[in-house]
Amino acid sequence: MHPAFSVIVFTTMSGAGYGLLAWLGTWAMMGGLPVNRGLAAVSLALSLGAITIGLLSSTVHLGHPERAWRAFSQWRSSWLSREGVASVATYAPALLFALGWLVIGSTSGIWALFGAIAAVSAIATVVCTAFIYVSLKPIQRWNNGWVLPNYLALAAMTGALWLIATTSLFGLFDRGLALGALLAIVFAALLKLGYWRFIDRTASPSDAGTATGLGGLGRVRLFEAPHTSENYLMKEMGFRIARKHAAKLRMIALVTAFVLPLLLTLAALLVPPSLGPLCAIAAAVLATLGVLVERWLFFAEAKHTVTLYYGAERA
Amino acid sequence: MTSLPTHSSGKQLGLVIDLDICVGCHACAVNCKEWNSGGVAAPLTDLEPYGADPLGVWFNRVHTFEVGVGAAGRTVHFPRSCLHCAEPACVTVCPTGASYKREEDGIVLVDEDLCIGCKLCSWACPYGAREYDYDAGVMKKCTLCIDKIYNETLDEASRVPACVATCPATARHFGDLGDPDSSVSRLVRERAGYDLMPELGYAPTNKYLPPRARRTAAADVRARAELAPVAPAGAGGFLAWIDRLLSG
Amino acid sequence: TTCYMCACRCGIKVHLKDGGIRYIEGNRNHPVNRGVLCAKGSAGIMQHNSPARLRKPLMRVGERGRGEFREIEWEEALGAAVEWLGAIRARDPKELAFFTGRDQSQALTGWWAQQFGTINYAAHGGFCSVNMAAAGLYTIGGSFWEFGEPDWERTKYFLLFGVAEDHDSNPIKLGLGKLKGRGAKVVSINPIRTGYSAIADEWIGIRPGTDGLLVLSLIHELLRAGKVDADYLARYTNAPWLVIDDEHAADHGLFARGSDGEPLVWDRKREQLVSARDADARPALSGSRTLADGRRGTPSFELLAKRCLDPRYAPDAAAVETGVSAATIKRLAAELAHVAFEEAIVLDQPWTDCKGRRHARMIGRPVAMHGMRGISAHANGFHTCRAIHLLQMLLGAVDTPGSFRYEPPFPRLIPPSGKPAAPKGASTPLSGPPLGFPQGPEDLLVDGAGNPLRIDKAFSWEAPLAAHGLLHLVIANACKGDPYKIDTLFLYMANMSWNSAMNTAGTMSMLTERDPATNEYKIPRIIYSDAYYSEMVAYADLVLPDTTYLERYDCISLMDRPISSADHAADAIRQPVVKPDRDVRPFQDVLIDLGARLKLPGFVTAEGAPKYPGLYPDYIVNHERKPGMGPLAGWRGANGGQQGVGEVNPRQLERYIENQCFWQGEIPPEGRFYKFANRAYLEWSRDMGFRDHTEPVVLQLYSELLQKFRLAARGHGSVQPPPQHRDRVETYFDPLPLWYPPFERESDGYPLHAITQRPMAMYHSWGSQNAWLRQIHGENLLHIHHERAAELDIADGDWVTVTSRHGRISVRAKLMDGVNPDTIWTWNAIGKRAGTWNLAAGAHEATRGFLLNHLIGELLPPREGGYRYANADPVTGQAAWYDLRVKIEKAAAPLAHSEPAFKTLAAPALPARPTVLRYGANFRPPRPDA
Ligand SMILES: Nc1nc2c(c(=O)[nH]1)N[C@H]1C(S)=C(S)[C@@H](COP(=O)(O)OP(=O)(O)OC[C@H]3O[C@@H](n4cnc5c(=O)[nH]c(N)nc54)[C@H](O)[C@@H]3O)O[C@H]1N2
Ligand SMILES: Nc1nc2c(c(=O)[nH]1)N[C@H]1C(S)=C(S)[C@@H](COP(=O)(O)OP(=O)(O)OC[C@H]3O[C@@H](n4cnc5c(=O)[nH]c(N)nc54)[C@H](O)[C@@H]3O)O[C@H]1N2
Ligand code: SF4
Ligand code: SF4
Ligand code: SF4
Ligand code: SF4
Ligand code: SF4
Ligand SMILES: [Mo]
Repeated sequence: MHPAFSVIVFTTMSGAGYGLLAWLGTWAMMGGLPVNRGLAAVSLALSLGAITIGLLSSTVHLGHPERAWRAFSQWRSSWLSREGVASVATYAPALLFALGWLVIGSTSGIWALFGAIAAVSAIATVVCTAFIYVSLKPIQRWNNGWVLPNYLALAAMTGALWLIATTSLFGLFDRGLALGALLAIVFAALLKLGYWRFIDRTASPSDAGTATGLGGLGRVRLFEAPHTSENYLMKEMGFRIARKHAAKLRMIALVTAFVLPLLLTLAALLVPPSLGPLCAIAAAVLATLGVLVERWLFFAEAKHTVTLYYGAERA
Repeated sequence: MTSLPTHSSGKQLGLVIDLDICVGCHACAVNCKEWNSGGVAAPLTDLEPYGADPLGVWFNRVHTFEVGVGAAGRTVHFPRSCLHCAEPACVTVCPTGASYKREEDGIVLVDEDLCIGCKLCSWACPYGAREYDYDAGVMKKCTLCIDKIYNETLDEASRVPACVATCPATARHFGDLGDPDSSVSRLVRERAGYDLMPELGYAPTNKYLPPRARRTAAADVRARAELAPVAPAGAGGFLAWIDRLLSG
Repeated sequence: TTCYMCACRCGIKVHLKDGGIRYIEGNRNHPVNRGVLCAKGSAGIMQHNSPARLRKPLMRVGERGRGEFREIEWEEALGAAVEWLGAIRARDPKELAFFTGRDQSQALTGWWAQQFGTINYAAHGGFCSVNMAAAGLYTIGGSFWEFGEPDWERTKYFLLFGVAEDHDSNPIKLGLGKLKGRGAKVVSINPIRTGYSAIADEWIGIRPGTDGLLVLSLIHELLRAGKVDADYLARYTNAPWLVIDDEHAADHGLFARGSDGEPLVWDRKREQLVSARDADARPALSGSRTLADGRRGTPSFELLAKRCLDPRYAPDAAAVETGVSAATIKRLAAELAHVAFEEAIVLDQPWTDCKGRRHARMIGRPVAMHGMRGISAHANGFHTCRAIHLLQMLLGAVDTPGSFRYEPPFPRLIPPSGKPAAPKGASTPLSGPPLGFPQGPEDLLVDGAGNPLRIDKAFSWEAPLAAHGLLHLVIANACKGDPYKIDTLFLYMANMSWNSAMNTAGTMSMLTERDPATNEYKIPRIIYSDAYYSEMVAYADLVLPDTTYLERYDCISLMDRPISSADHAADAIRQPVVKPDRDVRPFQDVLIDLGARLKLPGFVTAEGAPKYPGLYPDYIVNHERKPGMGPLAGWRGANGGQQGVGEVNPRQLERYIENQCFWQGEIPPEGRFYKFANRAYLEWSRDMGFRDHTEPVVLQLYSELLQKFRLAARGHGSVQPPPQHRDRVETYFDPLPLWYPPFERESDGYPLHAITQRPMAMYHSWGSQNAWLRQIHGENLLHIHHERAAELDIADGDWVTVTSRHGRISVRAKLMDGVNPDTIWTWNAIGKRAGTWNLAAGAHEATRGFLLNHLIGELLPPREGGYRYANADPVTGQAAWYDLRVKIEKAAAPLAHSEPAFKTLAAPALPARPTVLRYGANFRPPRPDA
């Protein structure tokens, strides 16, 4: 699949934003979210900002952004519509939660409840996003059990790293949180490795033989594509990435999204408190960049069955 | 409405494409483009039509495959358009209701006025049947020539899809595949018509008729493998004999 | 109206909406296409919409070949043409070479040339398929091409030789659909397995240029087994005619004739020599007889049998050259024999033959054959095609139910009447059409020394039966002044500086070459009519812009290349459906106007006024070639009640338009088969004006006419070839079928055959301006068998260099399985020259597309005696495109663009190219369900 910049930014940013929001809401619900206006301002700005940028970016990618509102109508069948509804719906508890935390200065009681609702909506939104991909049968590399946990884990991981970054910025660095983040990194990395292993080893049920129904007659090879010129299908779905190139990028993603953030988070635990925030922010930034690369690969490595009609022998 | 019709009328219009006689002439593809360029999905925009990289919207494209090698090898032409699936995820993924499947005849359409151009439906179509019009910012696809098959200003015989009417080899057939007694359904039964990528569960309406086995044995035309000489070798033997072949 | 996206001439309905063209649809009632439309026809809107359409007459400024012009008014354009042509006509009309490319109005253009008085006229047939036409016309009085068709309704076994697309584009597809639907067996003999070959029940991947050998081997098998239709041969062919055997005599190899001039046969019952016309004759097919003068005569069948039973035509021998296994050849022969004789068709249709014998039934041999350029575009194509017709004859499968069938006005006498007209003096029309059918050496257009009289050397000893002329040699000869210089080259509808030229680069320089002495162009003037900015336009001095096919009247006449089918005669018109939005004029109008301005006989009244002031439509209706016979056969007679022959009907065009622009005349049921000898047919076709007698057509198993040329080469007769051509004429004018290897040889160091195929969705060069079609074929690749490619270390997409004895190209490769391993190929005419057709810079047609033409020389290498013959069939002069031999190697590194690349041409004022084409947006109806 063509790795469209807007969609990559959208899923990465909204993942991080919803991840952060979910952690904040959960913290509030569990009690003890510090009433610190600075932290509130920065973390909410980061979270809602990322979500908003993500949503805007995904809207820009539409052919008719001005009709985007129509996308809320089909939540009964469409995960994209559900995602739209969930993402917008999340703003309500999130803004109320923000009102409590930032303006009223309370993170308990009803305001904690809003936090909890925001957290649940955030997670629901990420689930919807994941399901958009999971539900696409023509793309076997998405249509599998690894994608949802990956999306959730990566959102949790980036959210957690941003949470540590912001808290440490306000001197509220919490070892427990950091340990949690380390866990999230390891968990997400394992899931990502698991995903890659899965897509490397599992063949799609469809090949040029089933796509044409001619497999019974022998090996099916494209002799002539229908047009010598370009077309939408191949621009959108015909993206191909060389194995070597993908391996390199996987390594980059692995190091940037997981290894370095892991080391930096560890460092944040160990270095003098003055350097902690630096490490934590670096960890969050690198993880986000790493996830961007991971997301690029998520698209670039996905093979659509339509390519079977254009020379691919397996999708 | 992107939820699929809850009850179907039983009617399921679609195409049957005979790969045994498709010569790969592209007539169906071009005629489709021609008809639809002025039809309900108009225009089928062409970007840079006279440039280095023209990019146009087409609802039907004809591929050519080679299958097998050597004596078992063959070349098969393969037209590809929307299959008007019974379980079209292209419809259910659509967030706006722009994509829909008609209850009355099973045709899958896009209402361009509702379409936001998110392209998700094209991702959900395994068969590459949806094409995005970059210029109009909306998704387009085979309409089964809905503006032709129901067009009362046309005479009865013209009310078939453009690709079917034009196919010079008569490799394309149109009809109600929901009706087991229709001529297309019978054709599918007789010729073992099949679904593309049945493993994905879209239950396509359109069917493909497989290329028939090659006939390279004399027995296939009830002949013997070689002729027996009428007379001993040499011109003389045969010539002495030829006039006996003459009647009267 | 009628489609003109190719030469098939299908009926179309053009739907207009708000003054624009909404939809072009096949006409279901039309006999040619029955409602279907091919890809090209379906893209007619985009042809009409092309930004490459010429807009105004152009006069060259600056150097020829650069594409620099000034727009001029029609008066100036016609004035210049009249001045140039008038001077030529007054001096020596043959200084005008008028060649009309893919012309569908040859009945007009040929007549114009005749009235002008130039012998230098032809259309494009000489490089197209004259082998097919001539071999057929000289053998069975009809031919494949569009002059006959398989009996699609009844054939059970169909052999298709070397056809990718054909002129009968839609009919063949419709027919194949029918055959496959009925379960008939389709065998395609073709080095490449695409298109029709892909759907054939059996594909025979023959080595190019060897079909003649395969066919003679099939005949060998049939003869050996006695599987021939002896009665048919005895009745309808010259198989029993006695051939004089008198080695050194001037009539050796000619038919023995009685005192009445009729050929003689041996009557088995009466045991005596009788006239072949004798209705009671029981002719023998074998046995030498003593003639009245004591010499011996042998039935031609016996000569043929001896030739074909020769071991060199045995399957085992033929397998070596053809690459088709002996077992396959034997099996094909057995299958043909089985279907022809064991599965014969009997129609309960009584009929009477030309000798008055009544037959209760029609016996059909349901095997049919068809061939096109895969056969004809070789230097042995004439004989190969003849061999295919002989195979049909031996099986009794010419114009019987289930076999090949003639389309009226065929069959014609063998050869058709009309000899090429000889030159006359200044300001004098020719006595007949410039093209014709020589019946012997006396009819050649040569001077006393045996040198050619025509600029293209047609009807000379180098190409005696060049019935369609040799357009492929005109430019080279005119440039060399061989056999003489001309003044003006007047071309219509032929992209001669590009895809229809052999030696394309050389042709471009010949068009611009100057005489060092005078600094004049060697071809002093070039007038060209095109509708679009093609590669050739840049080489013209004066450009006469034509309309598109939707903007003019045209006439698809029975006097030209007819569109009849086996059951009826047909002709058609085109009518303008839209008005030109540019200052262009139909070429036929312009030609008639020029004729009148030049005061050519026939174009002006006795008073010198234009005879057809209404131009082409006026001519179509009012012109009479013979009394009662004009361009159109339908609705003749004052009240439109007559067909074929009848006085002029002033409302004829209206009647055509009322009848969807075509006319058909049904052949009476009794006359539909055995047309060569069927009294009902012969009388019907006489009544229609197709012939002025009811003489039967005797199929020529043995060609006495060829023998006449051979005798001349042996020193007999008054017109003899000059010494240097004798061996050649003697060899190739063999009255019996013959196979010889094409003249390009592996031994020259080029192991592979290289050929082209017509893509079904593109018409030569003129489809590339079509916004839709160019998306399908915007570039081409060189196709190579994967095993051969592996040997040469070539992979998909690699750049390769292809070298022939003539030239070199560098292009990209694509591997495949379904091709003869010794053959490489590409789609024809996709490559374009940068700057033409109003395509943007960088268009892939110019950067990645390519022509094989750069590799094909128009002359053969100097061989015996150093003379360079045309790269053509020695009998007809048919261009031998597919004899090309090459070698390939992987290019050292990928290239930026295919080679050779030529300088970008400048362009005259053409409209801006749209960057977004939203054609049809304004036609959109309300949406459903909205
Ligand atoms: N390598 C290779 N070369 C080949 C062949 C091959 O098989 N292989 N085939 C050969 C054969 S058989 C043929 S027939 C030739 C064909 O080659 P050409 O006869 O050159 O045919 P086209 O390229 O179709 O174009 C002829 C010209 O007609 C112009 N034209 C189109 N419509 C109109 C119109 O309405 N009016 C006027 N006045 N002009 C118009 C076009 O713009 C174009 O310039 O190519 C030959 N060349
Ligand atoms: N779509 C489309 N239709 C056209 C045209 C076009 O440009 N486009 N051009 C028109 C014109 S001008 C013409 S002349 C006709 C020509 O119509 P065709 O004769 O069908 O044209 P070609 O493409 O030259 O086809 C030649 C075929 O012969 C095969 N062949 C080559 N050499 C040999 C051989 O030695 N033996 C055998 N058995 N086969 C061989 C080639 O593989 C190819 O399939 O088509 C007309 N129709
Ligand atoms: S073919 Fe594709 S676009 Fe058509 S109904 Fe099926 S899934 Fe939808
Ligand atoms: S592109 Fe249009 S039709 Fe397709 S899913 Fe999006 S809104 Fe629906
Ligand atoms: S049914 Fe109509 S829209 Fe669909 S492929 Fe055929 S011509 Fe095109
Ligand atoms: S028009 Fe018919 S024969 Fe031609 S490509 Fe389409 S289906 Fe095949
Ligand atoms: S075969 Fe195609 S291009 Fe040729 S006349 Fe017929 S419809 Fe037109
Ligand atoms: Mo041709």
